[in-house]
Amino acid sequence: MALEDELQAVTKALSGIGIDENLLISALGKWNPVERKSFRKETSQFFLKDDRHFERWDDQQVKLLKREFLRFKNAMVLWTMHPWERDARLAKEALRDGPQSYGIIIEIACTRSSEELLGARRAYHSLFDHSIEEDLAYHINGSDRKLLVGLVSSYRYEGPRVNVETAQIESQTLHTAIKNAHKKKPKEDEDVVRILATRSKAHLKTIFNIYKETYGHNIHDELEVDSRLEEAVLCLGNPVTYFSKALDEALKSGSDENTKEALTRVTVTRCDYDIKEIKEEYNRHFGVPLCKSIEDKTHGNYKHFLLTLLARGD
Amino acid sequence: MSTLTVPPQVPSVAEDCEQLRKAFGGWGTNEGLIISVLAHRNADQRKLIRQTYAETYGEDLLKVLDKELSNDFERVVLLWTLEPAERDAYLANEATKKWTSSNQVLMEIASTRSSRQLLLARQAYHVRFKRSIEEDVAYHTTGDFRKLLLPLVSSYRYEGDEVNMNLAKSEAKILHEKISQKAYNHDDLIRVLATRSKAQINATLNHYKNEFGNDMNKDLKRDPKDEYLALLRATVKCLTCPERYFEKVLRLAINKRGTDEGALSRVVTTRAEVDMKIIKDQYQKRNSVPLECAIDKDTGGDYEKMLLALVGHGDA
Repeated sequence: MALEDELQAVTKALSGIGIDENLLISALGKWNPVERKSFRKETSQFFLKDDRHFERWDDQQVKLLKREFLRFKNAMVLWTMHPWERDARLAKEALRDGPQSYGIIIEIACTRSSEELLGARRAYHSLFDHSIEEDLAYHINGSDRKLLVGLVSSYRYEGPRVNVETAQIESQTLHTAIKNAHKKKPKEDEDVVRILATRSKAHLKTIFNIYKETYGHNIHDELEVDSRLEEAVLCLGNPVTYFSKALDEALKSGSDENTKEALTRVTVTRCDYDIKEIKEEYNRHFGVPLCKSIEDKTHGNYKHFLLTLLARGD
Repeated sequence: MSTLTVPPQVPSVAEDCEQLRKAFGGWGTNEGLIISVLAHRNADQRKLIRQTYAETYGEDLLKVLDKELSNDFERVVLLWTLEPAERDAYLANEATKKWTSSNQVLMEIASTRSSRQLLLARQAYHVRFKRSIEEDVAYHTTGDFRKLLLPLVSSYRYEGDEVNMNLAKSEAKILHEKISQKAYNHDDLIRVLATRSKAQINATLNHYKNEFGNDMNKDLKRDPKDEYLALLRATVKCLTCPERYFEKVLRLAINKRGTDEGALSRVVTTRAEVDMKIIKDQYQKRNSVPLECAIDKDTGGDYEKMLLALVGHGDA
């Protein structure tokens, strides 16, 4: 390969999601000092011109690179972890990261089964010497608190029995709260939180179906005003759609780290559950097979690992 | 400490079932025989008896008891025969259907059981009622009561002894602040009581007393008629000194005109295998008479005999 092409290839190998380790070894590995100097001079993405006449690595870029190199390791660790420990650690990390990550807490609280969520709560006791609800209640203020603490404390009935009359009333309750969003945030409405945080998933699905029949729209489409509720409703009623969306967001160029992390998290946590349905939904909704998107947008060992996990679903 | 007395040589399960069968047979029911068996078997033994009775005679023991017994005696025997988790689920479900005075029962179950016991109760609730305890509590309570009861019943408290003293200080301050402002239903006040571990709450309340001079419950007595405040005070008691809470429930149940058998049966059956001994000591201390005497004076017949057997009066 001509040096020009190699420089481009190496830059590419160091950008995007994951690192193309093999290319770096084969290209960088054989560069002499002159070639490496060209790399530094011509890749302004990574190197800055220092006043004292040398090219310096941009610290920020090194940080980003570190994250990309660690992506594979993080995926390994997450994959081998007990699901309880995994969910407990993910929740703790999300809490530490702040509001931009609270969606992960909603994801865990709403997509896991009652027993899985309970296991996560147990693991949380062991790992952090606190209950997850006390930490959430303590660190989250404002209108998110009630919803998140409620969701994470649930131990839902998991059977099919549903009371249709109650579901009809509750569908109406939700609708009214959504229509009054300009007066009061729906996620601060006690009844909205009560319904979403305590009812069984079968009951909630019935509510969402009745909602659609009665009002003509999917409830989550009407919740654009309130992203937390939107996430909760989607996770509870249609987790496959939620996960497929999360993967799409993660693979978009320019997405931030939090969004990107969904790629590892969703693939690892759903691999032995509903990854097949998620792949189908992704394909259906975005017109491209998930594996192709991953092939195009990720690199190296990380990529191979993801593709291996996804192939398990077949 | 349990007050249940089990005979040193326990008859076989088959024998116990036979005795019970005999007790039901013929004219009338031999209540004494029922008491002599059931009132002197622990939870595991009673579970085995129920299983074996069903296998041997093709009938659910609980259904038979319901058919053969009546009134307060029936209720106390039924409650006693249920497994602890089923019992809690049954009591909780009953409480959600009644008026506000039964909020106390929900709070009692949520606050005096260990995290594991509360969890087992929630599981038993799923099985029996095909709903979660929290959805029923949320649905049947409103306002401040719901604000307090829902998180209590959903809690899965950390059970370790670790205590963070700085946190105890800051949360005692928050509690004092909210109480001074009469914001008794404030999110932070409820958050502390409903989510912190019992050890942490104890430390916080100790600090409250050290720093502000009064027991927090004393400061919560501002309005003696307010039902919500009464529930709040009872919650604090249940979390920190349950034997004193139960002593009071027993005392009020016995002293009440006509006796509150519901409360009496509930406390005796739910605590006999847990801490009834400590509650009895507390009762003696507070009332200067042994609990057995008070029960004897206030109740009669087979109901009284069953209660006395469960609180450790007489031999197995």
